[in-house]
Amino acid sequence: MIKISSLAHVYEKGRRLKFPSWEIADMEQWLLLGASGSGKSTLLNIISGLLKPAQGEVLINGTDLYTLSARGRDRFRGQHIGIIFQRPHLIRSLDVLDNLELAAVMAGLPIDYERNLSLLADLDIAGLAKNYPDELSQGQLQRVSVARALVNRPDLLIADEPTSSLDDKNANQVIQMLTSQAKDNGAALIIATHDGRVQDYITKTYLL
Amino acid sequence: MNIFKISSKNLVRNKLTTILNIILVAFGVGILSILFLASTQINNKLEKNAKDIDLVVGAKGSPLQLILSSIYHIDYPTGNIPAKDACKLMRNPMVKRAVPLALGDNYNGYRIVGTDSTFSKLYGLSIQKGSFWHKDLEVTIGSTVAITSGLKIGDTFFGAHGLTGNGDVHKQHAYLVKGILKSEGNITDNLILTNIGSVYKMHEEKHAEGHSHSAAEEAKEINDKQITALLIQYKSPMSVILFPRMVNQSTNMQAASPAMESARLFSLIGVGIDTLQWFAIFIMGIAALSIFISLYNAMKERKYDLAIMRCLGASKSKLFFLVMFEGVLVTFIGACLGLIIGHTALELIGSYQESSQAKLTGLTAVPQEIYLICIGLVIGTLASLIPAMQIYKVDIAQTLTKDR
Repeated sequence: MIKISSLAHVYEKGRRLKFPSWEIADMEQWLLLGASGSGKSTLLNIISGLLKPAQGEVLINGTDLYTLSARGRDRFRGQHIGIIFQRPHLIRSLDVLDNLELAAVMAGLPIDYERNLSLLADLDIAGLAKNYPDELSQGQLQRVSVARALVNRPDLLIADEPTSSLDDKNANQVIQMLTSQAKDNGAALIIATHDGRVQDYITKTYLL
Repeated sequence: MNIFKISSKNLVRNKLTTILNIILVAFGVGILSILFLASTQINNKLEKNAKDIDLVVGAKGSPLQLILSSIYHIDYPTGNIPAKDACKLMRNPMVKRAVPLALGDNYNGYRIVGTDSTFSKLYGLSIQKGSFWHKDLEVTIGSTVAITSGLKIGDTFFGAHGLTGNGDVHKQHAYLVKGILKSEGNITDNLILTNIGSVYKMHEEKHAEGHSHSAAEEAKEINDKQITALLIQYKSPMSVILFPRMVNQSTNMQAASPAMESARLFSLIGVGIDTLQWFAIFIMGIAALSIFISLYNAMKERKYDLAIMRCLGASKSKLFFLVMFEGVLVTFIGACLGLIIGHTALELIGSYQESSQAKLTGLTAVPQEIYLICIGLVIGTLASLIPAMQIYKVDIAQTLTKDR
């Protein structure tokens, strides 16, 4: 269960942004809606432990993220939160399978070779395991980054604008993939977007 | 999948830069290791071969040449000295031991040295097989000579006139191998020892047959009985000042001190060694700079990689170590490669060297080489320190939101 309360962030220029409280039960799927510049990315960064808020707390399964040490927070993020970025950032010098293994190693977890292969198979990219990111299309990269976010069986899956640069067909595919994968892997899902197409699949919304 | 794999994969991805950096480090370390090895070996050789010899007396000329020819058997002799005068010096009360040398011939580049039993006492020689020479034309050969020439006890061979090459062979008399010396690790391994009479005999015969050399000159040499040089050991250190002065002033010969001359020789080579050393250090400096620049530049692109790894749960210190490790890995590989280059190059130089006596070899190691690897590691650490510090400055959230 994820809970945020009395959260506020102060930008460098002094603008203060308050976030309404939010509770997400296990395996719930939410949309984080708001126009660009409304603070969606900021909130996602705070929830994923990358950006320390000026006040308030973020509880994930009872752990207060910002009472952990910086190192503890890094580790907690690696083990409990999977993040999918707007652009699929993969390590270019490593092949697809190595990129998945990296997620386990960086989080300090053992490598589960079978699971990584089955994740790739679920996402229809089993044949690309030994390819390098430079050899993949944008859509394939997106799938790999979803797989990477799921490697450590996270409790929470966060996707930041996953459809913004995709056409209707691909956007639908990505949303379906995210919702079904989150369900199959027992993770809660937050999708931050201003894209109306996504709202057909997820009904719970948190508006900024 | 571990830090090592991530670093090496990244290095492989940037092949050209990595190779350039490795080569720079390797060359710096290579030159330094050649210098270390060569100067250690030359020093050892100089010291070992001149260990018990206090003075060399020979014909007037360059004292360095006299030392080189009669102790190290590298250069040509300065000339001959009358055996009569040499005998007088040998009986001098200040002299503990005097070893006469008669040079002039060689076999496949190994010098044939006419001398007497004092020579083996001076160098503390012992026999590995067979016996010492007793009669004219009997020889005892050094261990290296035995191995490379394949001569065995009972074999015969012809000497050639001169100190190198086998152009002018003394076909009249064959030497008979009587024994092989135990290896001493010094110049005697490369010598063929016989008595002085054999050397005279060789040249007598040549004269009788009217062989190439001018008859008159040869006749004179034999009639007056000359030798090439005299190796002298003093009774007491007091003679160091008196004896050479006596020789230089009151006889027609010159005295040269091996200690002084090899010091002089080393100071001459020393200039070259110093220059090369600075050159190598300069190359290492460039290597450090190049590693620093390539790591620093790469950080711009790698910021994304590192931010992602942070997102995946890596701590800052882990990534700091990752970047450091990359720089250190490059210099470590470079340093090891440099040592291999150094040893191979020296072995090659050694195999092309003509004089077997001063041969350098790449097959030995000196303890300083460990320092070379350490220096490499320090350079790698220093060069990657600043780029690695960038890790602590990267704002992950901002880096990842921005486009590549």
